[in-house]
Amino acid sequence: MRQIDPDFLALPLRRLADAALQRARELGAEFAAFRLERVRAETLRLFDARLEGSSDADDLGFAVRVVKNGTWGFAGGITLTPEAAAEVAAQAVQVAEVSAPLNREPVELAAEPVHEGVWVSLYDVDPFDVPLRDKVALLGDWSAGLLAKGVDHVSASLMQVKEQKFYADSAGTVTTQQRVRVHPSLTAMKSEGAAFDDMRTLAPPVGRGYEYLTGTGWDFPAELAELPDLLAEKLAAPSVKAGSYDLVIDPSNLWLTIHESIGHATELDRALGYEAAYAGTSFATFDQLHELTYGSPIMNVTGDRTADHGLATVGWDDEGVQGQRFDIVRDGTLVGYQLDRRMALLKGLGRSNGCAFADSPGHTPIQRMANVSLQPAEGGPSTEELIAGVDDGVYILGDKSWSIDMQRYNFQFTGQRFYKIENGRLAGQLRDVAYQATTTDFWRSMDAVGGPQTYVLGGAFNCGKGQPGQVAPVSHGTPAARFRGVKILNTVQEGGK
Amino acid sequence: MTPQEVVERALALPGADDRVVIVDEDTTANLRFAGNTLTTNGVARGSRLTVVSIAGSGTGVVSRSGVTPDQIADVVGAADRAARDAQPSEDARPLVAGEAAADWDRPAEETSIAVFRDLAPALGEAFAAAEAGGRRLYGFAEHLVNSVFVGTSTGLRRRHDQPTGRLELNAKSPDMTRSAWVGAATRDFTDVDIAALDATLAQRLEWAKRRIDLAPGRYETLLPPGAVADLMIYLYWSAGARDAFDGRTVFSKPGGGTRVGEELAKLPIDLSSDPGRAGIECGGFTVAHASSRESSVFDNGFSLGPTKWIADGKLANLIQTRHSAEVTGLAETPAIDNLIMEGPAGGRSLEEMIAATERGLLLTCLWYIREVDPQTLLLTGLTRDGVYLVENGEVTGEVNNFRFNESPVDLLGRVTEVGAASQTLPREWNDYFTRTIMPPLRVPDFNMSTVSQAN
Repeated sequence: MRQIDPDFLALPLRRLADAALQRARELGAEFAAFRLERVRAETLRLFDARLEGSSDADDLGFAVRVVKNGTWGFAGGITLTPEAAAEVAAQAVQVAEVSAPLNREPVELAAEPVHEGVWVSLYDVDPFDVPLRDKVALLGDWSAGLLAKGVDHVSASLMQVKEQKFYADSAGTVTTQQRVRVHPSLTAMKSEGAAFDDMRTLAPPVGRGYEYLTGTGWDFPAELAELPDLLAEKLAAPSVKAGSYDLVIDPSNLWLTIHESIGHATELDRALGYEAAYAGTSFATFDQLHELTYGSPIMNVTGDRTADHGLATVGWDDEGVQGQRFDIVRDGTLVGYQLDRRMALLKGLGRSNGCAFADSPGHTPIQRMANVSLQPAEGGPSTEELIAGVDDGVYILGDKSWSIDMQRYNFQFTGQRFYKIENGRLAGQLRDVAYQATTTDFWRSMDAVGGPQTYVLGGAFNCGKGQPGQVAPVSHGTPAARFRGVKILNTVQEGGK
Repeated sequence: MTPQEVVERALALPGADDRVVIVDEDTTANLRFAGNTLTTNGVARGSRLTVVSIAGSGTGVVSRSGVTPDQIADVVGAADRAARDAQPSEDARPLVAGEAAADWDRPAEETSIAVFRDLAPALGEAFAAAEAGGRRLYGFAEHLVNSVFVGTSTGLRRRHDQPTGRLELNAKSPDMTRSAWVGAATRDFTDVDIAALDATLAQRLEWAKRRIDLAPGRYETLLPPGAVADLMIYLYWSAGARDAFDGRTVFSKPGGGTRVGEELAKLPIDLSSDPGRAGIECGGFTVAHASSRESSVFDNGFSLGPTKWIADGKLANLIQTRHSAEVTGLAETPAIDNLIMEGPAGGRSLEEMIAATERGLLLTCLWYIREVDPQTLLLTGLTRDGVYLVENGEVTGEVNNFRFNESPVDLLGRVTEVGAASQTLPREWNDYFTRTIMPPLRVPDFNMSTVSQAN
């Protein structure tokens, strides 16, 4: 197992925490938490095998969050001295005092055992130890390979993040964590007459190191070898006829549908209205817990902050709660929500399941998504077997456009590739496809879930939520799955053409 | 150390052929509330040093936060090494030359929680009034001040202080079935009238007491300025010259080149940006922390002026770097941080447009807007927080929400009326873009693709 970088441990972590927590206590805070973090992000972008731009940025700072007289107060700072930490703690208390007249709902937090520990995510090669020129050369070689096979243009990018967090609170919890994630992506573009289209690699972002680009966890050369021909076939494919079809959806597409229609819909802060003015609420209201038929009886969904290589996997969350795995949908019924400590106590749910996260030292922790995953069926079918059960349908791979309403009812998704299914077999690609449904109708129409052999962990670096806006990385594991009678749109017709 | 001193020290270190140094000083304060009570709040401060080193035509960009004086050389050294390792940059150009601007030496501006000294009690009163009136208020108030300092080894020194304030107010009925929204963009919150905004919300919740269910279809639709802003911002973000030239966007000409010069709208519509436009003032020079399709680190400090993207209904310019302007043969027109849409003089107010409507839909705002098809810039999204039926010049009730599928480019060609433009806060994109002046639009056949059950 890798260790936390010495230069992070060399920062005055405990001295700053002690100064901040001490000042908060002196000023009467009932609860105080200190969080120091450094988030380093490097992004490379190539176009047609040439470096177009790169950036290497970090965000280093600390935050103090207090509860004073039942009101939150938050302040962030950047000067790493005990005096500055104490001053920021005083600012947080002042913010709580200024805000108190607006608060009608005293803040109380669910109990959590005291933790002390160190946690590092699973990765082999720190991407920040790999020279920039080597990364550019690898992406350049891959891009050149695509251009040599007749595509018009290739864009390539690599995002790499290392996130280091030190947390200490007035209850005595002290944790230090480091996690690494990478997201390589290549998109090939081609035009044919007045039409143009593109196709992106299906490789998901992962909680791994640079080894992900060199053969561990994904076979990039194999995927890239197929891309030019697949794109050419897509450009020449017939436009879909709008209507109702059976769908077989690959994990590379279904992860995003899970994210939008289950992940966000089962965030308790949304269900209780705390995000009502921005991200929205949820059709899965709290009164329906243990009652709502979310999907068909074969639907089982978990929230998990412990999954290997998951983007939302942590040792402890940003409220000092240990990472956990928990049920959200069991046998088709809503049985759980994603929680932070305030929400857990507010609704009498006992311990938080560890879903608090802040994306930077300048932001306050809010309830964010665990790795929310659809469980495969033990001994379940392969993708080919799922397809074999469809007479007239569409097989969808890869995510692209996504949109869902503010209560998570109505969604519309497109994808990277669509295949017509005729009598249980694939019959060539289709173009201009989008699927549109209501969340519960869609999940209730799921009549088969693939086996573990079809399971893939998809995800994104940039799930947005909250005001001020925060982004969170999150993974979603899913098998391939089959859905009956889903509405397919022709996007060209939708555009009035 | 002052930001100016950081710039000078970083520029003075040996090692690279040329260098651009950017220092960003940021302060923020925010209040968030839900159900007539405060939920979260905070203040924060940030400081970031970005060094662009140029060795030959290779560039290295390194950005670090909270840099202490003794760490400046480390950041510069890392950028220098990256530049020496880099391939030649396609966008390499001589750096913008210049001298120190007259205001260069002024200290960075700041904000604090005190910016809400008048707003907070007004919100408290609004919460009480809402509670008494059977409404629940949700929303967010934020103030940010960014002071950016740009120095180059060619002598240019420019700085800009950008205050950005926004307020969103969302009122709901206690059962959450009726919802209304208003927003305001501001530089300092002194011009925000909470009581007036709350009164608008109360009126809209009253409108919503009569519910009318309508099926999907194409409807005559009045888009208020905020909804127009969200659509036009997406169009603006899609107006990169290089991508258009490479045949990848709705502004690509089949067979090669761009559609600059083509008619997009039958009405004499202008879409423009202007750093000096009153009320939505923004930085008057380019600040590029990294190169991309639409920005170049070599353009840092490039002066920005009024720019028409669409003039009299014709596509006039696309977002350019100096490099892409050479590739496309078009004018050097970098991105600017505000957007203005205006129609013919004498446009009516939204209220006058409602009064002149026989039957149509009046929207509040659009949400979750995403691109479906880049060839046409077909976008999908939802209506949110109030779709109202207008009959014989009056609002007669609230209609269900819809998912729409529409292209803002195609829509420009179908608009039948452009109202009077005013400053507005976009709903969907105000995390990224707040400075807009937009008119209400009348679209005879807006495509409501399906019904959303969301309230």
